[in-house]
Amino acid sequence: MFTEQDGVAYLIGSKVPDRESYFFPAHLAGGDPAAVGAELEEVLLSPKGTVWSYTTSSYQPPPPFVAATDPYEPITIAAVKLEREQMVVLGQCVAGVTPDDLTIGSEVELVIDTLYEDDENEYTVWKWRPVTEGEG
Amino acid sequence: MDDIAILGVGMHPWGKWGRNFVEYGTAAAREALAEADVDWRDVGFVSGAITVRCGYPGYVAGSTFARALGFNGAQVASSYAACASGVTALQAARGQILSGSTDVALVVGADTTPKGFLKPNEGDRPDDMDWLRFHLVGATNPVYFGLNARRRMDLYGATSEDFAMVKAKNSRHAVHNERTRFNKEYGVDDVLASPVVSDPLRLLDICATSDGGAALVVSSMEYAKSKGITDPVRIAGLSTITPTFPDTVIDLPYLATDSAGATPEPLRGFKQSIADRVYEESGLGPDDVDLAEVYDLSSALELDWYEQLGFCPVGSAEQLVRDGVTTIGGRLPVNPSGGLGAFGEAVPAQALAQVCELTWQLRGQAGPRQVEGAKVGISANQGLFGHGSSVLVRR
Repeated sequence: MFTEQDGVAYLIGSKVPDRESYFFPAHLAGGDPAAVGAELEEVLLSPKGTVWSYTTSSYQPPPPFVAATDPYEPITIAAVKLEREQMVVLGQCVAGVTPDDLTIGSEVELVIDTLYEDDENEYTVWKWRPVTEGEG
Repeated sequence: MDDIAILGVGMHPWGKWGRNFVEYGTAAAREALAEADVDWRDVGFVSGAITVRCGYPGYVAGSTFARALGFNGAQVASSYAACASGVTALQAARGQILSGSTDVALVVGADTTPKGFLKPNEGDRPDDMDWLRFHLVGATNPVYFGLNARRRMDLYGATSEDFAMVKAKNSRHAVHNERTRFNKEYGVDDVLASPVVSDPLRLLDICATSDGGAALVVSSMEYAKSKGITDPVRIAGLSTITPTFPDTVIDLPYLATDSAGATPEPLRGFKQSIADRVYEESGLGPDDVDLAEVYDLSSALELDWYEQLGFCPVGSAEQLVRDGVTTIGGRLPVNPSGGLGAFGEAVPAQALAQVCELTWQLRGQAGPRQVEGAKVGISANQGLFGHGSSVLVRR
């Protein structure tokens, strides 16, 4: 569902060939009714976007969510508008980001980060990180 | 579209009873049949709304209720459409009646709900969007409600006090409804003092989950007339439509919206289009509506519905609640039953419970919560995976 290339994190989406209709995640893509039957092609989505809205999971979500920390630390979740794709994608924000750090319209970038760890493995996921002055 | 008649309605009280859902649905069905004064053996179609939480899809819903009442040889069907299941079952019944396949139908939905967040079924299921949103993002239902509420604040200047006023209003209504689970009156301060669940929404802004059951007995207008009922509450519009691509508002359980890169957003969004359909079918409009039962999964979502149902321009719903327009006694009462905030959601029954309340209101049987002179009522509801429903009733 996501990848990293040359140090940049990307969501793997899909699109209709010759049409700017994008879907995420690729393996659960919907359809564009103007292109029924089109064979979708895989595409890397824009790695940056602007905050469309944001909220928190202040209480630990039920399974299949697995908390990264014990005790659970509230997570902040952003819905991010991608300009080229004209779509909004959900994701956790990196640890430490609170609603006070976000405003609608502010810029964020994608990173690959820890979802949770067990004795053997680290499981990863995409997260949104605010783009700070000078980094942008 | 021709009207159908609502001959009887029934509801098992909402609560956290922990008993078999079949019991609630059967009790509601018996009440609706008794009120309609219809012999169960005359019912030609049983339309069940399915619960997915209680085992083999609600014991295959329509049939389990038919058997509980005593198999009578009726045709049967069962519907699942998440929170819109009840009205989807009603849609099936209307189709049977208007096609002439049957004269009278029973529609029933009931649920027994576990404590806590609604969550997906067990197992490792990465091909299920509902599973993925919990596993990868921790996106519970309130997360989507929180995203929506933050938008209202940013775009329209809504405040936490506005959201709390919705809850306070609905709780005042619920004091007069013995079928709700919560009958306590809450003030704005109570809401603001409750803990944040999904910022900016607090515990009392968000509806709980409950046990409950609701049922309707519906018929052709001719059948109603044959029973001497010349002025029944009628269903004049009924909508169970899907969104029109591209739907650009993030909604549960999706991880992303459609893309508007190739096709511009439709002029009317998904929830507006749900209501448009019932207005079109009925030939009535927002100005004709006397009261509404809307899906206040959160207090902020109730405000959205004011706009989506056409009661006010987009961005001005807060003013209606501040001015008391949507309180009983106001110009256009919303959720006189107490709404989901007072019931807690019993998924397959909830959209039918909305129609039960509208029916009592239009008959003038709502007691202390009666909306004076109610002639036209509308319900609105949403469910995950692109479901939603609306019913317009009139007298």
